[in-house]
Amino acid sequence: MLEVRSLTRRFGGLLANDDVSLRVAVGEIHVVIGPNGAGKSTLINMLSGDLAPTSGQILLDGQDVTALPPERRSLLGVGRSYQKTNIFRGFTVRENCRLAAQSRAPHPWRLLRGADRYLDTNRLAQQAIAQAELTGREERIAGTLSHGEQRQLEIALSLATRPKLLLLDEPLAGMGAEESQRMVELIRKLREAHAILLVEHDVDAVFALADTLTVMVEGRILASGVPTEIRRNPEVQAAYLGEELAGE
Amino acid sequence: MNRNQWIVLVLVALLLAAFPMTGSTFYTQLITKTMILAIFAMSLDLLVGYTGLVSLGHAAFYGLAGYTLALVQPKYDPMSIFITLPAALAACALFALVTGWLVLRTRGIYFIMATLAFAQMAYFVFHDTGLGGGSDGIYVNNKPVVGVGGTKLLDLDDRAQFYYLVLVTMLVTYLLLRRMLDSNFGRALAGIRVNEHRMRAIGFPVARYQLGIYVLSGTLAGLSGYFAALQFGFVNPEILSWHHSGAALMMVILGGMGTLHGSIVGAFVFVLVEDLFKDQGVFGAFAKHWQLMMGALVVLVAVFLPRGLAGLGAVLRRRRAPETAAVTTTASPAPTGATPTGRASAAGPSTDARDA
Repeated sequence: MLEVRSLTRRFGGLLANDDVSLRVAVGEIHVVIGPNGAGKSTLINMLSGDLAPTSGQILLDGQDVTALPPERRSLLGVGRSYQKTNIFRGFTVRENCRLAAQSRAPHPWRLLRGADRYLDTNRLAQQAIAQAELTGREERIAGTLSHGEQRQLEIALSLATRPKLLLLDEPLAGMGAEESQRMVELIRKLREAHAILLVEHDVDAVFALADTLTVMVEGRILASGVPTEIRRNPEVQAAYLGEELAGE
Repeated sequence: MNRNQWIVLVLVALLLAAFPMTGSTFYTQLITKTMILAIFAMSLDLLVGYTGLVSLGHAAFYGLAGYTLALVQPKYDPMSIFITLPAALAACALFALVTGWLVLRTRGIYFIMATLAFAQMAYFVFHDTGLGGGSDGIYVNNKPVVGVGGTKLLDLDDRAQFYYLVLVTMLVTYLLLRRMLDSNFGRALAGIRVNEHRMRAIGFPVARYQLGIYVLSGTLAGLSGYFAALQFGFVNPEILSWHHSGAALMMVILGGMGTLHGSIVGAFVFVLVEDLFKDQGVFGAFAKHWQLMMGALVVLVAVFLPRGLAGLGAVLRRRRAPETAAVTTTASPAPTGATPTGRASAAGPSTDARDA
């Protein structure tokens, strides 16, 4: 589904991403972890098209999308969530998802047809709301939802665009234990039909989710592979995971 | 629209329809002019209130349409409105397409400057070249013919008929724009206004939508400019000037950005209050300083009614029942123009225009 070839991004003298390569397949959750400043956000921003790479290639189903803007990638099946909740705060939950679903059948020139009259769009929005477990919250103004619910809406917005690849940027950011658990369950359910790349700095929270674990340090991939092996990797332990895991 | 809104609309339509029966030629003319400006203000509200793009060059479209009419129609022979109107609108659409493609690469204060710059360029083209009679302007000697075959449908020389044509156009424009704002296109604009970044991430080609509304808005401004040129039988470079763009912005802000009907209210208040402030019978010698009073009014509205006169009802309701009103206003999915960005942009241009 997603193939990344030697992606590099420089900010002046700083190498935020240095020769990053990875693959994500449908049905797989690929977790990228790393301490703050490791280049995780830079990576996900390049994958979604928010940031242009200095060099390297991004392939989606074999198609080179490196030069495409975010909206074109979205239409090719890339959905992303943001670390800092990025929703339409003044709109209802329903309108948030309806708008996202509208992008699949935009009909911008039907100027006199009411937006609520597109049944497929409404259905798609409703599905996304149900998938993200926000049923019953449809008429709530997004900005008035709890933090956890806003994070769910963040995911629902991407789901309403029917993505094949989901890029999740720290979906557990700022969540309590209970909310985190619910989000982990939600992501687990999405694995089957999507290729998921998840970026997180709290490894414990997402360890159970990962099919593949990639550790980034200072813009580079330190190790990548099956989670249990990565956990035992002494280099990884030294660089990032620290004493607590080594002692387990 | 809900039932109450329909009732208000029908009442306003009936009042305006009955107005010429008062027999005052002066005020019938003034209201005609006001309704034309209301269409102009609504077209600007599409950009300022609904898309979050503050333009200070909107008069360029208004003037361009007027000049197109004056130049396309032969000097001594009337021409069909079915030729001159489409020509005027096409000129505006084309101008909007070309300038929009460029100005939409800028945002915020730079967008204001870029739109202003293009409008000033248009102003100086007509002011400094012989194309449209230079700074003296040019007469529209004949009213275009509204007819099919040999049958005359409307006589634009007849002030009452022209009044009703403008009234119907204003009402139909309002209703069509309401529909448009609730269409996929309109909803996408609302999304772009509040969160352009997220709109791109979910797959909307934001720049194309913005260009779309820019062209639509410019063309509609052209419609009002065409009518204005018809009414006065005369165009000069002043109709393209930034004073005129600023006046339209003040109407939108006075009435309430992002409400559409606010633009109509704003145009009426602006014109009628100007007429009042200029009235020496009321203000005596001070009437020649009417712009001072106008500026004060705009400041008062901007400070105390950030949602404009259209938001007056909501403010009063909230005072009476703070709890419920707060919920309903925040629950409204329609853009209200009272967002922090909306307020910030409202303050800038109104200060500029006041100096005029």
